[in-house]
Amino acid sequence: MALLEVKDLHARVEEKEILRGLNLTINPGEVHAIMGPNGSGKSTLSYVLAGKDDYEVTAGSATLEGEDLLSLEPDERAAKGLFLAFQYPIEIPGVASMTFLRTAVNSVRKKRGEEELSTPDFLRLVREKAKELSINQDMLKRPVNVGFSGGEKKRNEILQMAMLEPKMCVLDETDSGLDIDALKIVADGVNRLRAKSRGFLVITQYQRLLDHIVPDVVHVMAKGRIVRTGGPELAHELEAKGYAGYENAA
Amino acid sequence: MNAEVKIMRTAAETQFSDVLGALPALGATRDLRVRALSDFIAKGLPHRRVEEWKYTDLRALIREMPVLAKGADKAAIAEAKKSSLLAKIGAREITFVNGAFVAELSDLTAQEKGLSISMLADALKKDASVAPLLEKINPNKYDAVFALNTAALDAGIVIDVAPGAQITKPIHIRHIVTGTAPVSVFGRVLVKVGKKAQATIVQSHAGPDAVAYLTNTILQLSLGDDAELDIVRVQAEGDKAIHLSMMIGAIGEQSRFRSFALTTGAAVSRHTVPFAYAGKDARALLAGATLLRGRQHADVTLEVDHALPGGESRELFKTVLDDETRGVFQGFIIVRPDAQKTDGRMMSAALLLGEAAEMDNKPELEIFADDVQCAHGATTGALDDDLLFYLRARGIPKKEAESLLIQSFFGEAIETIENANIRNAVMIRASRWLEQRNLK
Repeated sequence: MALLEVKDLHARVEEKEILRGLNLTINPGEVHAIMGPNGSGKSTLSYVLAGKDDYEVTAGSATLEGEDLLSLEPDERAAKGLFLAFQYPIEIPGVASMTFLRTAVNSVRKKRGEEELSTPDFLRLVREKAKELSINQDMLKRPVNVGFSGGEKKRNEILQMAMLEPKMCVLDETDSGLDIDALKIVADGVNRLRAKSRGFLVITQYQRLLDHIVPDVVHVMAKGRIVRTGGPELAHELEAKGYAGYENAA
Repeated sequence: MNAEVKIMRTAAETQFSDVLGALPALGATRDLRVRALSDFIAKGLPHRRVEEWKYTDLRALIREMPVLAKGADKAAIAEAKKSSLLAKIGAREITFVNGAFVAELSDLTAQEKGLSISMLADALKKDASVAPLLEKINPNKYDAVFALNTAALDAGIVIDVAPGAQITKPIHIRHIVTGTAPVSVFGRVLVKVGKKAQATIVQSHAGPDAVAYLTNTILQLSLGDDAELDIVRVQAEGDKAIHLSMMIGAIGEQSRFRSFALTTGAAVSRHTVPFAYAGKDARALLAGATLLRGRQHADVTLEVDHALPGGESRELFKTVLDDETRGVFQGFIIVRPDAQKTDGRMMSAALLLGEAAEMDNKPELEIFADDVQCAHGATTGALDDDLLFYLRARGIPKKEAESLLIQSFFGEAIETIENANIRNAVMIRASRWLEQRNLK
């Protein structure tokens, strides 16, 4: 069975139709990339999948392991195994990173019918995962993302992803605002999470992220649809030729 | 033809005047009480046309005066024993039940060197310096709550910390109301902290739900030069109560004062803080968190007076308003011509959870000195949708996500409490408010 299956998805924001019949199938273990120009609907797709308010689905379906995603609340989708790494991670003043992570991990575990992690187990796990992402303990003592650099915020997203053990990871322009070193740390973090049972959807405008996270399938998105699908070589072609030919393809 | 101006008195005003006027006149406070009563008879309860009471119209809110509480009988004491508000902070407890001091629920034994806790009546007899402490800061300013409290002056307590004494064990003054019949309860607490002395005082208010009782309590404090005092107040009155309170303070040169007030109780509450910098280079922090639900109305009004140079004041108040509640914050700060180098920062932030909730924020700075730094801010807003989505996208259910954000909102004010035990106890009280919200 497909891990993520999106069929003829139409969605709008404030009366404006952004997704116009999008189809996408991702199988367990696969890494797909979606590339496309600004305004093609890439971020909208990620928000619609994660369940953000104000995004109205007007037609079509999206399922995770055969189960309808669109009727679920955002937290239920997360518990089912969907994870969205935000393009712009939100700062949450007053909520300590540790409290946030622990609440998230245990909420998800509870809904999955797993036991909540004990404090020592949780701390051990955080320390291990944080170390892999070069996140120091001081960062975790601070409120979520407050005063974090762009790179720290993105690494923090990947830490959350590692902690929540999702089935389907959507990375929305995770490379934006990253220098080469940070990009490598983030990509290594993602690659460590690649697994037979897990799928990835990597949304990006640039090919450089895909040099580090090598996709199985590359899609080109324009005007709310997938207009072309190919292998990793398609990313190189786009890098060389740009999106010019796709602006009117839909 | 001469038309005689006749002031209409409300039923409550007449009852207050009659009941308090019929109290036996006692020695030391007799004149003070007589003066306060005649003040009240002349001026009555404030109404919305009195600027400082614009949002909390006592004349409309107090329909009648519940009968004067008759103190604490056995049943009342037994009921009060069940109160566990802030029971685990390791404090010396002093308990008033229905306005009367209850020895068996108070610990006056083994008082630390330099600490003296005495009944107001005894202190007035022994120590001539106590009587002036009962006066208000600004003798010309009429305040109905003060006038009523003074006219009813009876049981009270004086906490005297001698110069240089360091009293590390917190002193917890508990005001408990019991029973099912509405009563009126008055209380006065005087705190005198001598030069270079230090103390921590907690004051709490609790009472039964569904009883329309009225409490009027005044805490008056005087802080000597280079002294240090922490005050933590928890107002958890019953849900139908009217709670009127004041914290009146004067702080000496280079003294350090911190206060925090948690408000979760009462149908209607007004907490007024007249606060004077009586010496130069003094520092004060006034903070509070107010958590409201249902149709509660809570008013915090500060009257901060910088008369001398070098004073520092920090005000941080957080108000969370659910359902159809109404919050009021008035922060009046005056910086007089001599108060150069005053550094004042005031912030009042409100979080509106209920669609019909209302917050009235009124910061007011009056500055007459030219070399000062003063800033104030007031914000009112709902929970941020983007923050909520972020938390929910990480698997945190909506109510829990809201709770996290609400807690972080008021937590900033609670964090200012210096004593860790008290801070934790206050945080637990506040968290309980959130838990109850989630049960709705």
